[in-house]
Amino acid sequence: MSKIHVTTTINGEPAEFLCEPHQTLLDVLRNELNLTGSKEGCASGDCGACSVIVDGRLMCSCLMLAVESTGHEVTTIEGVAKGDELHPVQRQFLQHAALQCGFCTPGLIVAAKALLDRNTNPTETEARYWLAGNLCRCTGYDKVIRAVLDAAAEMRGETVA
Amino acid sequence: MTYVGNKADLRVVGTRPIRPDGVDKVTGRATFGADMVMPGMIWGKVKRSPHAHARIVSIDTSKASKLPGVKAVITAEDFPNIASEEAFVGEGPMNFRDLSRNCMARGKALYEGHAVAAVAATTESICDAALELIEVTYEVLPFVIDVEDAMKPDAPLLHDDMYTQGVQPKPSNPSNVAKRVHFGLGDIEAGFRDAEVVVEGRYTTQPVHQAYIEPHATVVSYGADQQCLVWSSSQGQFMVRSYCAKLLGIELSNIRVMVAEIGGGFGGKTLVYLEPLALALSKKAGRPVKMMMTREEVFRATGPTSGGTVEVKIGARKDGTITAAQATLKYQAGAFAGSPVQPGCMTAFAVYDIKNVSVTGYDVVSNRPKVAAYRAPGAPISCFGVESAMDDLARKLGMDPVELRLKNAAKDGTKAAYGPTFKDIGFVETLEEAKKHPHYSIPLGPNQGRGVASGFWFNIGGESSGAVHIAEDGTAVVMSGNPDIGGSRAGMAMMAAEVLGIPVEKCRPIVADTASIGFTHLTGGSRVTFATGMAVTQAAEKVVEILKQRAALIWDIPVEAVEWKDGAAYPAGANAGGFDPLTLPEIAMKAGRTGGPIGAEQGVNAQGAGPGFGTHICDVEVDPETGKVTVLRYTAIQDVGRAIHPSYVEGQIQGGAVQGIGWALNEEYIYDKNGKMDNAGFLDYRVPVASDLPMIDTVMVEVPNPRHPFGAKGVGEVPIVPPMAAVANAIRGAIGIRMEHLPMSPPKVRAPLDARK
Ligand code: FES
Ligand code: FES
Repeated sequence: MSKIHVTTTINGEPAEFLCEPHQTLLDVLRNELNLTGSKEGCASGDCGACSVIVDGRLMCSCLMLAVESTGHEVTTIEGVAKGDELHPVQRQFLQHAALQCGFCTPGLIVAAKALLDRNTNPTETEARYWLAGNLCRCTGYDKVIRAVLDAAAEMRGETVA
Repeated sequence: MTYVGNKADLRVVGTRPIRPDGVDKVTGRATFGADMVMPGMIWGKVKRSPHAHARIVSIDTSKASKLPGVKAVITAEDFPNIASEEAFVGEGPMNFRDLSRNCMARGKALYEGHAVAAVAATTESICDAALELIEVTYEVLPFVIDVEDAMKPDAPLLHDDMYTQGVQPKPSNPSNVAKRVHFGLGDIEAGFRDAEVVVEGRYTTQPVHQAYIEPHATVVSYGADQQCLVWSSSQGQFMVRSYCAKLLGIELSNIRVMVAEIGGGFGGKTLVYLEPLALALSKKAGRPVKMMMTREEVFRATGPTSGGTVEVKIGARKDGTITAAQATLKYQAGAFAGSPVQPGCMTAFAVYDIKNVSVTGYDVVSNRPKVAAYRAPGAPISCFGVESAMDDLARKLGMDPVELRLKNAAKDGTKAAYGPTFKDIGFVETLEEAKKHPHYSIPLGPNQGRGVASGFWFNIGGESSGAVHIAEDGTAVVMSGNPDIGGSRAGMAMMAAEVLGIPVEKCRPIVADTASIGFTHLTGGSRVTFATGMAVTQAAEKVVEILKQRAALIWDIPVEAVEWKDGAAYPAGANAGGFDPLTLPEIAMKAGRTGGPIGAEQGVNAQGAGPGFGTHICDVEVDPETGKVTVLRYTAIQDVGRAIHPSYVEGQIQGGAVQGIGWALNEEYIYDKNGKMDNAGFLDYRVPVASDLPMIDTVMVEVPNPRHPFGAKGVGEVPIVPPMAAVANAIRGAIGIRMEHLPMSPPKVRAPLDARK
């Protein structure tokens, strides 16, 4: 089987790779491009550990073929911070101790960023439903939700404790 | 030796610094099991039994071996056939023969998903193709899934050499009952004669999976010189080393286990599945091998915890004093002996001071994956029964459920039915907090109910190593031998910083591999902060001694005349001399001239882990149409000894409580009529998601443990013990129906509601 040449944009940089037609975006990110921040928890769209943003839309990269990224803009966890400067969601996750093992964290942060990109004033319920596709087995979500709501407040320019 | 009983004297312990590995984990830089690659690496995959129970007549690997790209194929023949040998590891015994046969079936496949062969090939797709080409001839056997079916005399036998232990006389026929355990206190008959009120119930729980989000993964390299390098995500690098050594017949020091970040374990990564296979493949292939499980494999082939039945009978006087308590527990072990029925028995009534207790347990094998530890193994199952019955007792007596528990609560000096006499425990304090917590008096609406339940876990100590090395600039590297699952690096750095008297940011905690630190028992049993924290603290104390010696040398005064405070050496009193203090960086800079590098390692066998107690309050609303139960409010109160990093203690409590809520309401293994798991994925095996839950309020009661330098007790396991009963008791309050079977999913709750209409 011959490989397909794909040209896309990942974290703001042009990216090129060769892949098999059946390879998922997650597989290519992790195994061809060494972007291992996106995790595989299920490979079936049920855990959200592989979350990426494609043209502003939150996606499970395990459910998307790598070839489908052609010509689109992909943001992975590696592209959420701007250099040394953490995104407010990342900062608030640390402040709130919203991670234990940290395996779900990249996906949760990408998903939370996607939420706050479109709504910087979500209610607790909105945040809970938006993040319902991201499983975390360690935290019980309490600190995760608090971190996301405080990140939203930070992005609105409010002072956060 | 350090003991700081007074919280006001603590500078670092009890604060909430950002965890040292935090930035890596929020930016995707942290390296978990599957993130590693090795040069020249190939891939490995496992062929698994499609049958619940089958004799393996033959395995033909010739076609698979010939497929281009395939570098190795292995079966049980590639492993030593090891004899039955039990060792005490983790939180229970492990039989190495069983472990070996669980990693790779020998003679019989004992559950659907049981490994029967494995391949290594240059790509994952070639692995898949090769698995198809392995021809296994099975003789399919009758199977048994449920625990009580498995106990019947005519049940299909999993092991024809298994005779029930713990019964007299020794049985003449083999059975699926591996063991009977029994213990008691006082005179149970007399206790029930004394009772004015008796409650009884029979409860069942389903096996639930730990459901860590990271599937098992490993990368290994077996060198031509027999030196093995193992990179794996587990709850203990030394556990991986000893199990691989045993299963493959390799000397321990020839295996070096590197520590990946671990994406959750909860007890489920306290044993090996892939590592021995990967090593055998790597040996045969002469190449490093990477193996990862799919989520489906995790469900089908790795340990859930037991499901079980719990029969409870409790007798009490009208004033609420319990006179007798009796329980019979039957726990599924999965395909090999070793359910946590013993701790289930020991913990069953441990929160109460009862004079007459009798508990009997059965460890039963059936055609399911071998169970693995899951947070307070065994305790949540018996607690569900006992605390449900306690709720019924409170109702029968017309007593407040917290008052009933207070009336019978274990206190300092209480002799537990399982043996010890309690000391420095904080159970009563959790009940008092429950009573006065605002949650306990919020008015309830229609179809709403409130439940209370309490739980217990032993917590363990054991062997650990810690090391502290001072760098030339006066910063410290703090090493320990436990994988960090939930923020333990932060705890280690904080305890070292407290002793050294320097800011926590100046202490860099490292999880060391098996070649870089002394033996350390695995991350489990709520032992790390207690035992490894003790090792790290003692290593830091040794370093302080060295620092004082160096200062004494520089000042040319006796070491007794030097004292250490706030990260610097001071002359102790006026007689010692009028020297300016020497800070840690100043001493470190001069280390070369005062005796060389400054550092120390300390090994301990920590004893005296304080047992943990918790009390949970849960409010639910039941939808009478659908039977759906919504948790409205949840408060978890726990004696934590002393919280080293309170945020991570709260996190343990919240996470454990939510796993318990999932166990209560949704989670279960569902089998089809062929003995195959029907819901091996997160879509159908439903763990709690964010929108299912309210905030989880936590209250940390601090009754310090004097056997730990800063008073810590284990905290990770207690919080999963009470939730199932707390939820069931809340449902009882809401709809007046006692739910005796888990999970209390909508159809199960709706059935009795419909029947009542
Ligand atoms: S790995 Fe993509 S949703 Fe789980
Ligand atoms: S922090 Fe472990 S799964 Fe979320």
